[in-house]
Amino acid sequence: MSDITVTRSNLVFGRPSLIARGGRAVVLAVACLAVILPFIAVISTSLASQEEISRAGGFVFWVTDPTLDAYRAVLSGGVVTRSVIVSLGIAGVGTALSVLCTIGLAYALSRTSMYAQKPMLLAVLFTLLFSPGMIPMYLVVKQLGLIDSYWALILPVLINAFNVIVMREFFLDLPAELMESAKIDGAGEFLVLTRIVLPLSKAVIAVIALFYAVAYWNSFFNALLYINSPEKWPLQLVLRTYVVNETPMGVDDLVMEGSALPPQVAIQMAILLISVLPMLIVYPFIQKHFTKGLLIGGVKG
Amino acid sequence: MTETIKDRAKASGPNRTRGPGSPESAKGKPKRPSASANRTALARIKRDRMLLLLALPGMAVVAIFHYFPLLGNVIAFQNFQPFLGISQSEWVGLDNFAVIFNGDPRFLNALANTLIITLIQVVFVFPLPLALALLLNSVLSERVKRGVQSVLYLPHFLSWVIVVALFQQVLGNAGMLNTFFREHDMATFSIIGVPELFKLLITSQVIWKDTGWGTIIFLAALSRVDMNLYEAAAMDGAGAWRRTWHITLPAVRSVFILLLILRLGDALTVGFEQIILQQGAVGKAASEVLDTYVYNNGIVGGNWGTSAAVGLVKGVVGVVLVLGANKLAHVFGERGVYSR
Repeated sequence: MSDITVTRSNLVFGRPSLIARGGRAVVLAVACLAVILPFIAVISTSLASQEEISRAGGFVFWVTDPTLDAYRAVLSGGVVTRSVIVSLGIAGVGTALSVLCTIGLAYALSRTSMYAQKPMLLAVLFTLLFSPGMIPMYLVVKQLGLIDSYWALILPVLINAFNVIVMREFFLDLPAELMESAKIDGAGEFLVLTRIVLPLSKAVIAVIALFYAVAYWNSFFNALLYINSPEKWPLQLVLRTYVVNETPMGVDDLVMEGSALPPQVAIQMAILLISVLPMLIVYPFIQKHFTKGLLIGGVKG
Repeated sequence: MTETIKDRAKASGPNRTRGPGSPESAKGKPKRPSASANRTALARIKRDRMLLLLALPGMAVVAIFHYFPLLGNVIAFQNFQPFLGISQSEWVGLDNFAVIFNGDPRFLNALANTLIITLIQVVFVFPLPLALALLLNSVLSERVKRGVQSVLYLPHFLSWVIVVALFQQVLGNAGMLNTFFREHDMATFSIIGVPELFKLLITSQVIWKDTGWGTIIFLAALSRVDMNLYEAAAMDGAGAWRRTWHITLPAVRSVFILLLILRLGDALTVGFEQIILQQGAVGKAASEVLDTYVYNNGIVGGNWGTSAAVGLVKGVVGVVLVLGANKLAHVFGERGVYSR
């Protein structure tokens, strides 16, 4: 394995000098550190105690005496807990619906013999080129009575044309013989989809599901536009209020009884980390599928 | 996009015409005078009812949330009052477009900021993923390469709220960097909240968030290059740079141009979420762009008609830019986003 890659790289770039290799290593290391270091600082500070934070003068880069006080406070049933539940709910329901609709649409569009397949495909493709505009979109959501409803965070973004195209390309690449032999055996389109196509498509479904889940979890702009009541806020709006805008968290927001409030910085960093956590958990499992899943739609398109 | 090629390949594929009843046989040869060509639309709808049913929810969403709102753009020609609705509001012709053509200073400010940010991003940010991809492609160890990729893809999945929060915590006045400087009795400096540095700040945020992710598509193109080409070039005595220039770069050229065209289509769309989050700290003079103008002026300020007019012009300009750039690509013999 390593033999092959060494030859491959040598072919692509020639045999690099020591300096060139060192230079590349430095650039890549700096890039990686620029991503990783902020996370380490955030985690450390969220786990730091009041003394440690005041000793460090605000930020703790490497926590020596970790405590979970900030997390305990934040997740004790106040604003953050509620918004985490809202965000999880929207991401769960939204992702499930999005994936189902995307599979249905992508599969139908991959059957080139289907009635009106071509105009439907074009209609989906065109949405990549334009967006209706913020104001008309707001009016439609309002007209449908979705303002201040969780559905306003799901329905307008239920279908992402790019995801449909990627999945369709994947379906088109499956061996046609498999589906045709199933049809000769008498299976209808629905059986072919559920028994043959879907079991072969787990990788692409995982990637598409991740894309949708991330979009729902990160939903900020639509929430800002369509959700008026603070008690319905998803996590990203809470994050903006208490971390980006640095509104201090009070006892009311935290539902804490008696005990002293953990330091504000630790609380902020805890909220920040909670909002990143689901991503960090899911990411390693799906990351290996990215290239495969994306390339299909990407390079061919 | 890919449709024409795909269909042609399908229609001529060897295993595509198995039996007259197979649905594929009706496609690709429209002139065949057989029974399948004479099928009425109704019969075909009936035959494909399961497929159409599968497509229905998705198509309904596309229709309701992508096409139907287009009609709402008519309020650009109205003195729109939310409580009257589109049908009752008064028609005012092109009055709303006066903000644009008479040069409302707030609009001009937003336009200027948008164009400056676009220019910075197309020139300085856009080529970065290609550079990084070339760098990654030249890394010897496959394991190191994959590790670096995993790390650099990650920021793409973080929301703008998280990215902005992280930047504040690192670079802000009370942030990590300044904490460190204070600790060591050095002068602190402020990047966050300084209008003069705002464009630099958002540019660095865009670089941090999406450069790694942008490499995916280039790495894919690079992985498809035939190794024999390199071998042949090496035999002929081509050095590293010649190989890069004559083999590697041509391999990614069409992808690069495709992405550039799509980027141009978004020329007037620059990071709404990213900017609205930080607008409070730097003020509108430095940070207002067309999207935030539409939001602040329309949804916050209640000037629905003029905002819709700005949004409409912005959308039309975007489509025109894509079509124009695509045309230009064709002139230079590239495939572009779609074929002719």
